[in-house]
Amino acid sequence: MTALTSPPQVMDRLLFGDNQFFGVNHMSEEKARAQQMRFQDIEAVMAVLDVAYDEGIRTFMCTTHDRIAEVCRLVRADPGRYAEMRFFPCMPYAHKYANAITDEGFLGAIRRFLPDEGLMDSVVRGTTSLARKDIEGVSTLLIDAELKMFTGLATPVIWMQNVVTDLLLGLGLTEAFRIFADHVHQRYGAEAGFITMNLPRLLDALDAAGVANPIVCANINKIGFRMSGGVEPYVEAMRTRQFRAVAMSVLASGAVPAREAIKWVCSLPNLTSIVFGASSRANIVATRQLVDEFWPADPVR
Amino acid sequence: MIDLAVVGLGKMGLSHLSMIKTHPDVRLVGVCDATKYVLDVLAKYTGVAVYTDFPAMLDQTKPAAVIIATPTHLHAGMLRQALERGIHVFCEKPLFTDPAESTALTELAAEGNLVTQVGYHNRFVASFREVHRLLGLEAIGTVHTALAEAYGPVVLKPAGRTWRSQRASGGGSLYDYAAHPLNLLTWYLGEPLGVTGSRLTTIFSAQIDDAAAATLHYPAGTAQLCVNWSDESQRKMTTKITLWGAHGRIYADRQEIQVYLRDTAPVPDGYRIGWNVRYTTDLTEAPWFYLRGEEYSAQLDAFVQRVATGTVQGDNDFGSATVTDRVIAAISADADTEPPPLDASAAAVDPAAGNGSRPSLPGLAGTVRQRARAGVRAVQDRIRK
Repeated sequence: MTALTSPPQVMDRLLFGDNQFFGVNHMSEEKARAQQMRFQDIEAVMAVLDVAYDEGIRTFMCTTHDRIAEVCRLVRADPGRYAEMRFFPCMPYAHKYANAITDEGFLGAIRRFLPDEGLMDSVVRGTTSLARKDIEGVSTLLIDAELKMFTGLATPVIWMQNVVTDLLLGLGLTEAFRIFADHVHQRYGAEAGFITMNLPRLLDALDAAGVANPIVCANINKIGFRMSGGVEPYVEAMRTRQFRAVAMSVLASGAVPAREAIKWVCSLPNLTSIVFGASSRANIVATRQLVDEFWPADPVR
Repeated sequence: MIDLAVVGLGKMGLSHLSMIKTHPDVRLVGVCDATKYVLDVLAKYTGVAVYTDFPAMLDQTKPAAVIIATPTHLHAGMLRQALERGIHVFCEKPLFTDPAESTALTELAAEGNLVTQVGYHNRFVASFREVHRLLGLEAIGTVHTALAEAYGPVVLKPAGRTWRSQRASGGGSLYDYAAHPLNLLTWYLGEPLGVTGSRLTTIFSAQIDDAAAATLHYPAGTAQLCVNWSDESQRKMTTKITLWGAHGRIYADRQEIQVYLRDTAPVPDGYRIGWNVRYTTDLTEAPWFYLRGEEYSAQLDAFVQRVATGTVQGDNDFGSATVTDRVIAAISADADTEPPPLDASAAAVDPAAGNGSRPSLPGLAGTVRQRARAGVRAVQDRIRK
């Protein structure tokens, strides 16, 4: 079975990420904690999102962290202010599942996160699928539970988080990629995206699963930080493979100066988007200006 | 090509399975677990041979190596079954709840010339490796004070039905959390003379400790252990080490190493007097496959390479993990002793033996050895119960 083909989304070149809001910093625990303190109140998060939005960066690529539900509520409440706001949710928020598997085992964790509103659909999909050892029913239920907070908002691309993508990739459960792509298309009219730390290998698996021209987000940076196999196979994949590349960790958590990092990544072939995080107006503006400078507008795009 | 099998498909087992299955020098020959559902899904979608009977898997698939990621109390039996068949073993930490088993199985592995490795992944974290390298260069001189910490949000409310909520089966913050910083301490400073001041504290759990503290004694000084897995302020587990020597100070966590060197220090290449900061981003090589941290990939690769080359001794072999097990047992035993009353504290200091700079602990080593033996008995009793 091959994945349904969606009309390709027109993706913004710059996507705004959310690591900075949740104390994710790959370089320093101290910086991560300072960010957690700064963004304790959702108003602080919204203030930064507003700056990005007003700078023309209107796609928010975010986890399904509980606090994002607050952002969703605020955006829904002010459709005039956020008319062009689009969300690219990344799911699942892995920590809650990891802890649940530790506590309750694999099956217990699945049961805990299944929707509990008693919909006939959930009951049928869940129980028959558990009985048949069919991953499709259970996994689509989990996807629906994760995406509930985005109801009524534009979610044209829905991502599978790297820890899940790469776990499935390593296990060889590549059928799950096709199930995910089909489900987010059928139910949400969205395209699937896959975040990975193993780009070339994932492209092979997506090919095998029948997910054509996939959207794939991976670390792409000059020093090869968290690019499995090194820089060269990544650049080669961008040159030769049919996929839409979204570069993250372009600055390698700050190890590469911004100007050098963005100049390098913008020179790569077939780059679709860059996702970045920033906490200040100055950094948001500077990033946008660097991208404008090194990646001039393409009328075809 | 190394034929390898995996037993135990919990969080660690599944992630080991995912990584090792992609290793270019490994052929996965079987997986074993008690949960039929997970096995059926794996068999259906990936075609791997699945077993619920561990010895049957070993006999039918004849692996050269096995990864054991079952609850701690099952380790000893499975390790014996593997080692007696001449199979190299990678086992999750902590190795055993009874150090006597460590010794016996370490000997069994040595007799068979078999590779053993325990999943203390922090020894493969670039920043923690750099600490070890700097200590080897004596950059800060002899360590006289150390602090080993681990915090995280594991148990945040009363609950617990799994093996992790039972001390005898290897649960509790001492076994599950403190094992990591203790393993780093024993790597950096060696086996302590003994432990005192140990306390295992219950916060939410009914039967186990959620926090642990102890003082480890070394010939040149002390190391403090402080762990708490009921710390919601942490996003995920963090392990930290701070070491002080006459020539400076080293702090390290998973992300970075901060080194302060005094002008008396023998300054290593690339370092300077004053502050030096190195990040994981700079120190880490990209592995063949990344799932959840370079260190997890790196430790499995190290195991595979040791099996391929027959290198019996290496990072985290049973010999070194046994030292960690012994320290854990000593802390467990010491924690059962009553603290001296406040007004008797002066009497605990022997002025004749002390030099005034720190309280001496007369007869410490002997006392601790007795306590450690008592601790082993206590743990054995608990297991029997």
